[in-house]
Amino acid sequence: MSEAAIDHAPVGERVDPHFGTASNGKLGMWIFLLTDGFGFAGLLIALAILRSGAATWPPNPEIDKLGIPFTAVMTFVLILSSVTMVMALSAAHEGNRKGLVGWLAATVAGGLFFLLGQAKEWTGLISEGLTITSDHFGATFFVITGFHGLHVTTGVIYLFVILMLSLRRPIDHKHANLVEVAGLFWHFVDLVWILVFTFIYLIPSPPIPGGTP
Amino acid sequence: MSDAHASHDDSIHPEPTSFLRKYVFSTDHKVIAKQFIWLGLAFLAVGGTMAMMIRWQLAHTGEPFPVIGHAIFSNSAGIISPAAYTSLFTMHGTIMIFFAITPIMIGGFGNFCIPLMIGARDMVFPKLNMFSFWMMFISSAILVASFFMPMGAAAAGWTTYPTLSTVMGTPGWGQTLWVVSIYFAGGSTVMGAVNYITTVIVLRAPGMGYFKMPLTVWGLWLTAILNALFVPVLAAGMILLFLDRVVGTHFFLAGALVKSGGDPILYQHLFWIFGHPEVYILILPGWGVVSDLLSFFSRKPAYGYKVTALAMSAVCVLSAVVYGHHMFTTGLSPLLGQGFMLLTMFISVPAEIFFLNWLHTLWKGKIRLTVPMLFSLGLVFVFGLGGLTGLYLATISTDLYLHDTYFVVGHFHLTMAAAVFLGAFASIYFWFPKMFGKMMNSTLGKLHFWFSFVPINFVFCGMLYVGFGGMQRRLYNPSIYQTFQHLESVNKFISYSAFVMAFGGIFFIINFFYSLAKGEKAPSNPWEVGTLEWTHTTSPPQHHNFDVIPTVLHGPHEFNHPHLTDKDWLGQAEVLPALGAQEAK
Repeated sequence: MSEAAIDHAPVGERVDPHFGTASNGKLGMWIFLLTDGFGFAGLLIALAILRSGAATWPPNPEIDKLGIPFTAVMTFVLILSSVTMVMALSAAHEGNRKGLVGWLAATVAGGLFFLLGQAKEWTGLISEGLTITSDHFGATFFVITGFHGLHVTTGVIYLFVILMLSLRRPIDHKHANLVEVAGLFWHFVDLVWILVFTFIYLIPSPPIPGGTP
Repeated sequence: MSDAHASHDDSIHPEPTSFLRKYVFSTDHKVIAKQFIWLGLAFLAVGGTMAMMIRWQLAHTGEPFPVIGHAIFSNSAGIISPAAYTSLFTMHGTIMIFFAITPIMIGGFGNFCIPLMIGARDMVFPKLNMFSFWMMFISSAILVASFFMPMGAAAAGWTTYPTLSTVMGTPGWGQTLWVVSIYFAGGSTVMGAVNYITTVIVLRAPGMGYFKMPLTVWGLWLTAILNALFVPVLAAGMILLFLDRVVGTHFFLAGALVKSGGDPILYQHLFWIFGHPEVYILILPGWGVVSDLLSFFSRKPAYGYKVTALAMSAVCVLSAVVYGHHMFTTGLSPLLGQGFMLLTMFISVPAEIFFLNWLHTLWKGKIRLTVPMLFSLGLVFVFGLGGLTGLYLATISTDLYLHDTYFVVGHFHLTMAAAVFLGAFASIYFWFPKMFGKMMNSTLGKLHFWFSFVPINFVFCGMLYVGFGGMQRRLYNPSIYQTFQHLESVNKFISYSAFVMAFGGIFFIINFFYSLAKGEKAPSNPWEVGTLEWTHTTSPPQHHNFDVIPTVLHGPHEFNHPHLTDKDWLGQAEVLPALGAQEAK
C-alpha cells in the first residue's frame, strides 16, 4: 500500500485485534442481520404469546391445516440454494466467472422456486378458507411467512444484481467480498426459514397435554 | 486491496460543487448532522408549543389559547377541546421522542461527533447515512400529514396501547399514518445504527483503542447498539398494529366481538421490549457528552474513565431485561414481576457508579462555568432527581399506587426530557463553534440556562407532587374531580413555570440565529481540550476532516500533565516534548 493510501485510509487492511480482517461491508451486514433477526424475533414472540394464550391451538382445526410435505420440499430447495450459494462463493474465490455465474443462477432459481411454491401454497390455503383475518392461526401464518417471503424476494433481487455484476466485472478479491456479503444475507434468510418452519408448521398441536391452557 | 479501502476512498472525494449534492443530498456526515439538527430543532419548537398548550389547558381550562389559539382550534373558538387535548399529548410525546431528541442527539451529534472524535474522514457507509436522513424526512412528512386527516391526528398516547389504538378506539387515518410514520422513523434509526456501530469498529484512527475513545463516542455507540437490536421489535409491533387497523386482523383485540381472542397485552410486551431500552437510547448520548464535558471544564481527567464506560455498557445490558416493570399492573405473574423489580433495582448500581464518577470528576477541579458546563451540571442534577424517583416506580408495592399518575410523568420527564434536553443544549453550545465556525454568545446562553434549569425543576417536581397526590395523567380537566381540586393551584404553578421556561427558549433562538449570522469567529480549539475534533481540524472542519489522519497516543481527558508547562491540556495525538523521541516510536 502506498504511503498516500495509508494517510487517507486509517484502516485499509490494518489488522485490528478487535475485529480481525472483516471487510466493512461484511461487518455492516452482520450487524444488519442481527437487527433483522430481532425483527423476526418480535413476530415470533407475538406468535408464542398468542399461541400460549389460546384455549386451543390451532383455534379452528378444520380450516387451520397446512400441507407439511409440500412445504418440506420448498424448505429442502431453499436449503439447497444455500449450498449453491457456498459453491458460488468458492467459484468467486477461484476467479472462475463461469462457475460463479452458474451457481448464482442456481441460487436465484432456488429462491424463485421457493417463492412460486409459497404463492401456490398461499392461494391454495386462501381458497380453503384460511386467510389473514380468519383467525390467529391464519394471521400469524400469513404475517410471518409473508415477512419471510419479502426477505426471499429481496434476496433474489439482490443476488440477481450480483449475478449481473458478475457477468462483466473482474472476478477479484473485491468482487468475492460482494458475493460473500450477499451470501450472508441469503444464508440468514434460509436460517430464519428453518425457525419459521419449525415454529409454525412442525411444533405439534395441541401442545403438550397438561401444559398451560 | 479490500473493499474496506475502497469504501474509505469514497470519503475523500473532492467536495461536491452542485448545491443539490452539497446541501441537500449530501453524503458528508457533517452536512447530514446539520440536516438532522435543523429537523430536530424545528420539531422541538412544535413539540414544545404543544406542551405549552397542554399546560394552558391544565391551568386555564375552557379559556382560548392565547395568540395562536383561534387559528389552530378554529372549530372551538380557540378553546382546546377534549379530542384536541388527547391528540396534543399524544403528538407531544411522539414528536419529542422520535422527531426531536432522536434527530438532535443521535442523528445530529451522532453523525457529527463519531467520525470527528475517532479520527475518521466520514462514516463508513456515507450513502446509507444520506438515506437515513431522507427516510427520517419522509417519516416526519407523514407525521405532519397526519394532522390534516379528516378525523385528526393520532390520539392514543405516545405508547399507543390497544385497544385504544385500534380502529375501535381511534378510527381515522391520523392514527394509521402515525403507525406508518413510526415504522419509517425506525427504519431511519436502524440505518443510522448499523452505520455508527460499524464506523466505530473499523474507522478509529491508529492508536484509538476502545478505551481511548471519548465517552461521548461511547455513549453514542452504545445507543446505536441498543437501537440496532430493539427498534426492529417495535417495528414488528407496528406491522401488527397496522394490519389490525387496515386489514382487519385481531392481534390486539379481545372480547366477544372478536372471532378468536387476541391479546392487548401482547402489544405492551412488544412495545416495552423496545420501549425500555429506548429510554436509555435517549439518555445515553447525554450521559456520554456530560461525562466528557464535566472533565473538560473541571480541567481534570474524568474520574474512573474506564469504569464509566463499562458502567454505561452494563446499563445497556440490563436495560434489555427490565421491560416488565412497565407492566406491573397488567396482571403479570407476581413471580415475573418480582424478577423484573429486582433487575430494575440492579440498574441503579452501574448508574450510581458513573454518577459518583461524575461527582468525583468535579471534586477539587478548576471549574470553568461556561455555558456547556452549566447545562452539564444541570443534567447531573435533574438526572439525579429523575433516577431517585425511578426507584419508587420500580418497586411493585409503590408502583401499584403511583402507576398512571403524574408521578410517572414527572419521573420520565426528569430523566428523558429535562436531562436529555439539558444534555442536548450542552452539546449544541459545546460543538456549535466546531459546526458553524462561530462562537455562541455566552450571556444569552447563561440566561437560557437559568430560565431553563430553575423552571424545569419546578415543572417536573410539581408533577411528582400532584402525582403523589393521586392525580392521573392524561386528564383533560382534573379540577372537575373533587379529589383533585386542592391540586389546582399546584397545577397552575407548574403551568406558569413551564411558560417561564418556554420564554427562556427565546434566548436560545435569538442566540442561535444571531451567532450563526454575526457570531465571533471561532478558533479551532476554543475550549482548550484535547479530543481530535478540536486539536486536528479547523472550525468548521474542511470537507475531508483531517489532512493527515492523526495517530492517537493519549486518552481523551489528559489535563495537568507534569511534562507540560505552557498549557494544562494535552491533545490525544500530541507528542509530549520531554518524551517525544520515546513516544514517537
